[in-house]
Amino acid sequence: MSLNRRDIENIARLARLALTEQEIPLYVEGLSRIMGLVAELDRADTSQVEPMAHPLPGQRQRLRADAVTETDRHQLYQQNAPQVEAGLYLVPRVIE
Amino acid sequence: MQWETVIGLEIHAQLLTSSKIFSGSATAYGAPPNSQANLVDLAYPGVLPVLNAEAVRMAVKFGLAVNARVTRRSIFARKNYFYPDLPKGYQISQYELPIVSGGAVDVLLDDGSVKRIDITRAHLEEDAGKSLHEGLAGQTGVDLNRAGTPLIEIVSEPAMRSAKQAVAYLKKIHTLVRYLQICDGNMQEGSFRCDANVSVRPRGTEKLGTRAEIKNLNSFRFVEKAINYEVARQIELLEGGGRVVQETRLYDADRGETRSMRSKEEANDYRYFPDPDLLPVEIDQLYIDTVCASLPELPDQKAQRLRKDYDLSAYDAGVLTASAELADYFETVIEKAAAGFPATALSPKLAANTVIGELSGLLNRDGVEINDSRIAPAALAKLLVRVADNTISGKIAKEVLEAMWDEGKDADAIIEARGWRQITDESAIEAAIDAVIAANPSQLAQYRSGKDKLFGFFVGQVMKATQGKANPARLNELLKKKLGG
Amino acid sequence: MSDLHDKTVTELAAALRARQVSSVELTQALLERVTRHQGALNAFITISAEGALLEAARADARLGANDAGPLTGVPMAHKDLFCTRGEKTTCGSRMLADFVSPYDATVVERLRAAGVVMLGKTNMDEFAMGSSNETSFFGPVKNPWDPARVPGGSSGGSAAAVAARLVPAATGTDTGGSIRQPAALCGVTGLKPTYGRVSRYGMVAFASSLDQAGLITRSAADAALLLGAIAGFDERDSTSVELPVPDYSAALEQPLKGLKIGVLKEFFDTGLDPAIEQHIRAALELLRSQGALIKDVSLPNLPLSVPTYYVVAPAECSSNLARFDGVRYGYRCKKPTDLLDLYLRSRGEGFGAEVKRRIMTGTYVLSAGYYDAFYLKAQRVRQLISNDFERAFHEVDVVIGPTTPTAAFELGAKTADPVTMYLNDIYTIGANLAGLPAISLPCGLTQGLPAALQIIGPHFGEERLLNVAHRYQLETDWHRRAPPGFA
Repeated sequence: MSLNRRDIENIARLARLALTEQEIPLYVEGLSRIMGLVAELDRADTSQVEPMAHPLPGQRQRLRADAVTETDRHQLYQQNAPQVEAGLYLVPRVIE
Repeated sequence: MQWETVIGLEIHAQLLTSSKIFSGSATAYGAPPNSQANLVDLAYPGVLPVLNAEAVRMAVKFGLAVNARVTRRSIFARKNYFYPDLPKGYQISQYELPIVSGGAVDVLLDDGSVKRIDITRAHLEEDAGKSLHEGLAGQTGVDLNRAGTPLIEIVSEPAMRSAKQAVAYLKKIHTLVRYLQICDGNMQEGSFRCDANVSVRPRGTEKLGTRAEIKNLNSFRFVEKAINYEVARQIELLEGGGRVVQETRLYDADRGETRSMRSKEEANDYRYFPDPDLLPVEIDQLYIDTVCASLPELPDQKAQRLRKDYDLSAYDAGVLTASAELADYFETVIEKAAAGFPATALSPKLAANTVIGELSGLLNRDGVEINDSRIAPAALAKLLVRVADNTISGKIAKEVLEAMWDEGKDADAIIEARGWRQITDESAIEAAIDAVIAANPSQLAQYRSGKDKLFGFFVGQVMKATQGKANPARLNELLKKKLGG
Repeated sequence: MSDLHDKTVTELAAALRARQVSSVELTQALLERVTRHQGALNAFITISAEGALLEAARADARLGANDAGPLTGVPMAHKDLFCTRGEKTTCGSRMLADFVSPYDATVVERLRAAGVVMLGKTNMDEFAMGSSNETSFFGPVKNPWDPARVPGGSSGGSAAAVAARLVPAATGTDTGGSIRQPAALCGVTGLKPTYGRVSRYGMVAFASSLDQAGLITRSAADAALLLGAIAGFDERDSTSVELPVPDYSAALEQPLKGLKIGVLKEFFDTGLDPAIEQHIRAALELLRSQGALIKDVSLPNLPLSVPTYYVVAPAECSSNLARFDGVRYGYRCKKPTDLLDLYLRSRGEGFGAEVKRRIMTGTYVLSAGYYDAFYLKAQRVRQLISNDFERAFHEVDVVIGPTTPTAAFELGAKTADPVTMYLNDIYTIGANLAGLPAISLPCGLTQGLPAALQIIGPHFGEERLLNVAHRYQLETDWHRRAPPGFA
């Protein structure tokens, strides 16, 4: 299984990762090798088996009581923010 | 060519829980920016979602109310895309196994016919935050208070054939979620909103045309306008030899048009997969039975009962039951009248007309909800009793109602203070008739020579003379006798 | 008291309670050692001297007031993947190089409540993605047994710190072997509990269905003691399991007579260093002499665990790491021209090469047209592997094999080809895919480097694993060997 430069560019854009010119061939090579490894899965007959989404069988989602347990701590939480104003997180202008 | 419009709606209803779907943050509207966004809502590293029981119960309630299948084992999935109002970079939603599938509602159309609209599915998901663009020096501000508010997305089949049908369906769902008390239905605040998938096809063909998805529809009026605009646009495009592009379009209410959303232009590949942080939601029969037992009387059932119990028309019953509160108000009026004035038979039709007509007019005029009406059901009952027992005429009743609304006084007090008590005393009415006849000899002559239409003139004159207080039935009777000579 | 640094958690806890040493003395001694070896080993990202001494003083007060628990005053370090309130939590990444967590992970919170003193945060592969600790933004960790060699990864800082006697124990996380493999390469004990046994809340997610918090210690007895403190249901983690936590220490001494041990055939088939195999066979003999019954078991789908893992883990990682977008916290690129640029460059510059490789692999296997062929296929094979284990546990109580195919390799030896590096986790990944508990124990030295055996048990079989490991350690002293120069 081999990927080309264009595949890598598309994936990187979908994943929102800027790649440098130097990086692109490395990822073409790296992902091609990984997908080569992944191709081994074809050896397994999985026609009789369901996909496994969780490692423990028979577990079910627990439900939380509908109660407000949180208070306003935006000042603390925004200490890590690159840019805030008037309590808002700022990003470059979004045009709709 | 004749075109047929095909519309499907995706309705987003915010669920009326106290806390968010996956965190303990409050969901109140209008709080200061990010004051209701905690670690989970902000997608801080390391945090995990835990599902709100009430959100599940509300979704099941909806499913049962539309006769849908409640999925015994539903799965949360991640919908992956980047946007500043989506903190995790994915929305937790349901994809392959939604909590509710199938179901239908019946919608009363303008021509009196009933159309069944099938529902494809309804799934639980989390709302996104909000982006604000004003006054931030060319930047966008992100408020994540809304992020994580529980939603059910109700997806219809492409079953509607006109904007009016779409609105009727939307109103029906709107009524339903409010009956169920799972959504406040506030479209202005965005707690009830919809996207419309609109396409056209040559009449008589089967294959669906290419659709456009219109976003940002936050009022019934806009839904109708946007769909009509979009249908016209698509037809014009097709008739001009062009073709419709599958895309997301935004309704611009100021311009009354839809336009392509450039920011969503990139072909989306959402890479759905089951959310490993959440386990399957299992719902058993006992749970379903318990929720089922808690369902209130639903709009259709209520309308049917009102028609039967009070002999109302389908239209009146439909209008009254558009909100549970309005129907409750109506029934309380009847109840209060029966309890307070057992001797007087109140006409349910009159009560319905007053509630739907004059009272609703006053509510709308002053922007008041029925539950906050300035006229309590007992007060209205008394007023209507005064019509029934001939204390006042129906016409005067309208004025009394308005006075009650404006002054907050009791019906009897207003009637007495203004001397609006109806004249039923025959001698008084006769005296008034005699005076009118005496004052209008030429009209009398004309009437007697066959100009029947002048009867109305005499009624008017007598009413004027009695300041509208003459009992109309008596007046008619006596006037006929006297004019006949 | 002398040689404080060489004492186990069990020994230190006893000494503290007997007031033979104070927590402050102990903390000072270890902080001094941590600082002294930081230049050579680079095992820590953050050394919390001030906070540690405060916590130690508090612990001493509790000890003085007879208000102490079994762990009060014992120093430990946390892998820098666990959020620690008021301290940096970097995940070994430029993305979070300045990130200060406003909250404690459940594991951290529970150990804090037990009176454990946190000396600092240990180095790791970036976002736990790596098997050699070479992907850390803060530079590689050196193996105390040979500084030219890797300590393993991703919990390499924790393993190196415990091996070098800088701390008696450290937390780690294990997604595909990230506790067991570095424990093996550094000659210490590494326990990965059953998925769901320990809360994942506050542990920065790599692959949610595989990640599990655990411990790196110098003995199975220490792992038992600490597991008791961190295990248990947490209402903040939907995947944590509501099962009572047994007294793991109480079960340690149980005799092995009648214990059925399965020898994992597939683990001895390919690529295993013969010297390591010899040590494992010797360990099996020792267990047999203790009364255990040894039989071969086969897990035919196990050889597919590496390709399965390299679909499932990257898929989950690509989604888990989408939150690092330069908006609410973390690295933001300079002067973004627009929103897309902000995303592309913040993420492109903030993540290192291996993390980007895995995000892209995951994005690819989930993307339209490939989901069924890769992601669903891998989840089906995962089920087959899980079924294999389940069958095996009908026949035997635990299975045993090596932890790694070779001893510690040299820095840079496997960085050129991702697949070569990935294959280093060939023996550890199976337990993650099936959610099973597993422990790695030192069982010999080959050319001066530690060799390790791995014991895997059925779901929630930690008691038995720790029991077997402890019995083995009662009869051997491999776990007591310190790297030269660190005794």
